[in-house]
Amino acid sequence: MKVLDKKLWRQLWNMRMQVVAIALVITGGVGIFIMSLSTLDSLYETRENYYREHHFADVFASLKRAPLSLAERIAAIPGVDKVETRVVAYVNIDVPGFNDPVSGHLVSLPDDGQGLLNQIYLHQGRLFTPGRNNEVLISERFALAHGLRAGDQLDATINGRRKTLTVVGRAQSPEYIYQIAPGAMFPDNQRYGVFWMARNPLATAYDMEGAFNNVTLKLAEGSHEREVIDRLDNLLKTYGGIGAIARKDQLSHRFLSEELKQQETVATVFPIIFFGVAAFLLNVVISRLITLEREQIATLKAFGYSNFAVGMHYAKLVLIVVAVGVLGGIAAGILLGKELSKAYMGLFSLPFMIYVLKPQVIFAAAIISMLVAILGTLYATRNAASLPPAQAMHPEPPPTYHSTLVERLGLQSWFNQPTRMILRHIERRPMKSLLTTLGIAMACGVMTVGGFQQGAIDRMIEVQYGLSQHEDLFVIYTDSTSMNSLYSLHSVQGVEHVEGFRIAPVKLMFEHRFYRTSMQGIHGDGKLMRLLDAELNEIELPQQGVVLTDYLAALLQIKPGEMLTIEVLEGNRPIVQVPVAGTAQQDLGMNAYMQRHALNRLLQEGDAITGAFLKVDERYQREVYRELKDMPRIAGVVEQASAIDSFYENVAQQVLFYTFITTLLGGSIAFGVVYNSMRIALSERNRELASLRVLGFRRGEVAYILLGEMALLTLVAIPLGLLIGYGLCAYLAFEFDTDLYRIPLVLGRDVYAFAATVVIASSLISALMIWRNLSHLNMVAVLKTKE
Amino acid sequence: MKQDKQINHQPLDKDTVFHAHGVTKVYQMGEVQVHALRGVDIDLYRGEFTVLLGASGSGKSTLLNILGGLDTPTEGHVFYRDRDLTRATESELTDYRRFHVGFVFQFYNLIPSLTARENVALVTEIARAPMEPKQALLLVGLGARADHFPAQLSGGEQQRVAIARAIAKNPDVLLCDEPTGALDSKTGISVLEALQRVNQDSGTTTAVITHNAVIAHMADRVIYLGDGRISDIRVNQTKLTPSELSW
Repeated sequence: MKVLDKKLWRQLWNMRMQVVAIALVITGGVGIFIMSLSTLDSLYETRENYYREHHFADVFASLKRAPLSLAERIAAIPGVDKVETRVVAYVNIDVPGFNDPVSGHLVSLPDDGQGLLNQIYLHQGRLFTPGRNNEVLISERFALAHGLRAGDQLDATINGRRKTLTVVGRAQSPEYIYQIAPGAMFPDNQRYGVFWMARNPLATAYDMEGAFNNVTLKLAEGSHEREVIDRLDNLLKTYGGIGAIARKDQLSHRFLSEELKQQETVATVFPIIFFGVAAFLLNVVISRLITLEREQIATLKAFGYSNFAVGMHYAKLVLIVVAVGVLGGIAAGILLGKELSKAYMGLFSLPFMIYVLKPQVIFAAAIISMLVAILGTLYATRNAASLPPAQAMHPEPPPTYHSTLVERLGLQSWFNQPTRMILRHIERRPMKSLLTTLGIAMACGVMTVGGFQQGAIDRMIEVQYGLSQHEDLFVIYTDSTSMNSLYSLHSVQGVEHVEGFRIAPVKLMFEHRFYRTSMQGIHGDGKLMRLLDAELNEIELPQQGVVLTDYLAALLQIKPGEMLTIEVLEGNRPIVQVPVAGTAQQDLGMNAYMQRHALNRLLQEGDAITGAFLKVDERYQREVYRELKDMPRIAGVVEQASAIDSFYENVAQQVLFYTFITTLLGGSIAFGVVYNSMRIALSERNRELASLRVLGFRRGEVAYILLGEMALLTLVAIPLGLLIGYGLCAYLAFEFDTDLYRIPLVLGRDVYAFAATVVIASSLISALMIWRNLSHLNMVAVLKTKE
Repeated sequence: MKQDKQINHQPLDKDTVFHAHGVTKVYQMGEVQVHALRGVDIDLYRGEFTVLLGASGSGKSTLLNILGGLDTPTEGHVFYRDRDLTRATESELTDYRRFHVGFVFQFYNLIPSLTARENVALVTEIARAPMEPKQALLLVGLGARADHFPAQLSGGEQQRVAIARAIAKNPDVLLCDEPTGALDSKTGISVLEALQRVNQDSGTTTAVITHNAVIAHMADRVIYLGDGRISDIRVNQTKLTPSELSW
């Protein structure tokens, strides 16, 4: 080994704590970069594989009922490769030993096994035996939630009729990767499931013999999706088609895509913060090292080492620190990436997960880290390299100080000398002080993100179920029904209040923009369903006009008072113009609301409803449910309260995972910045502090000058960090907003308090480590040496 | 160290400020033992201006550091009035330096971020009965430069600020380690004048260590050190003023 390299290794060993502190920050950046990108690649790869192998369809359409012969005409649409017609039915399920309402979708499979499209992945059991009419495959998630397996029996209410089904296996489908009940806020594997039945028995039970109510298409390569959808819509119009959707709008696919998009944002935003902090830290540490080694550099040059050799010496040192951080980051990233992928397998119903770690991701992480480090230290290393030996032999000129701004303002009498030292030191290097503050602030900001997730979920639930919806249960009818059916609901013992609603599929249009959603006709002065404005005050639903979810109004760029065109996608399919009366704040979905009777009028029908909200005496909840599900025409009963509980259970682990990660990351930034800053301050001011000790200053008083500066910067950094955290969360919330859901930007005091506490704790740990160094100040040595 | 705390003292003459007895200091430098002091006995008296003269490595700085509570001897005892410094804890030594000792160093050791006045105030803020910083600066002839930062002052001026800082607390003893070592002769003499003025006006016991034999002529007593031992002690019958010195 060359002597210069020996010096390098000893140097690294001497500054090992600083190396660790910087490497930790790089590890954080690289780790999160690799974690996010490998998870992203894994999810993409898994999804693509799954879709391809199981022939996930390109176009999906629901309709009322069409004869099977229509399939040929659909197949004849130019660009259509494969057509699969299906019967899909809403179903109420009775799981033995489980008392809550359970609903689901029954999807038909061809009698003789897998169809052409949306093939299932069979986890356990077998496909249907021809001739048996009571066999059912159940979704894996639902089976696991209830401990169901092949051979178990379930009672189902299909089309108002009871039927006992035998489970023959557990399956998953690319169509239901994100398995969520229509109208539900969150997935609930206990209360919602997907079931597959053979075509014939299901059609019989659902009065769909020789007909279908759902069709999916595979498109030929090079076909125009939009054109195919338009032609399909035209064909299905007379059969109660509510508008076909492309794969990109399919619910499960949408949720997965949004999640992937979020992961992409995480993969960009966080590493940028970490690499920025790492560059800053390397800059201060290497600059200091070079200052300390001025004379050594001069000696080396005097002996004939070239500028390049000296520059390389320090560049190597930087690269070794980076290498330590990158290696740690790769290990952490792979570990966390696998964990996160596994967590995604839990959140989404995926039959397998292909963990993909592209070499170029690792390569990119390493290259970015090195570039950032070299950029961060370029100035310092170039200075070292270009220092003329004669000049370098001399110590650096004494630092120049000035009175600080606060003092010039006449406040100096408020500060004792040690405090003035702190202020002047901060002001002498404004850039460094600013960057240190910014670094600590970033740590604080990163940590608010962890708490933000939990807070946002709490807020969504509170707004939706604390303020907007007050029902205990809601029922959905198989078909639109007379208002009179509410009487039979009311007569059930334990039901305290009933409000009917009418939901109709619609296409909303304004200028050239349009959006397909459902129009909800609700009770004008209802107690169970209330609309809220941006300040969460109740909105009066006007007699005329429609209220839109604010996000929907923004999407259509329509303002209250303007005329909205509504195309109803059922019945006579009227197209009408209705004024927008206002907007409502909603975090979930994008709906349009109007008075129920106004909607009835628009639909040219009498007092019809498609469902009802129920307020139920808690003591009778189970009995009410049991009675409801046996009523004819009730397709499903949904209870939201227990769904929320189970959702919390589901996400708790993931929220914890993120909180843990952000805390670790934030803590490592705070520690890295504070520890390094103090180490350097100690090294720079060693002489000054030792002199103070000689003059009779106690250790605590000396520590005040050193730690006080850091404390002051930290105190400034915390509010700044909370502001950055708010901005970061706002950015993430904005990036994550979709028509499926909006993330409310709420950051509770507890989130701020936690972030501040972790930053303070990290700083205290660094301070404690520095405190130990302070007791080793060599008073005698410092008096014998020149500055 | 509390004022009234008395540890293992032997009665001292009331004019004896320091009484050192059998002081030995051994440094472990890697695997080599360096004997900096080899059994030094010395007394310093109140109001006296003493010069400790010796070559580099004679042990004079080590002795001064031990007297000033910056270092402790390996063997022997050092009494400051009736307190045994060799038995004091670290925080007692800190208090001793804080309340009783004024230091002047070869390289000034000023705080660069504080002005001349503030460097003095640094000490007066923690002292018991200090003078005004401005007054201390006037004593060393720097009244007009009070608001300058060290980087704006010449070497001699910086050293005079250091002296002002040392005397501003009205210390019982003033310990100076090569105060003129970094200065040219003319500036050095102005610094020595400041030291002598303080000694005469306030009666502060002053010990100056130097390798410059010329300075010995202004002392009441000259203590010669060599190889860790006291080789000679002489009393000057006629003292010279700093202005009469030259080197």
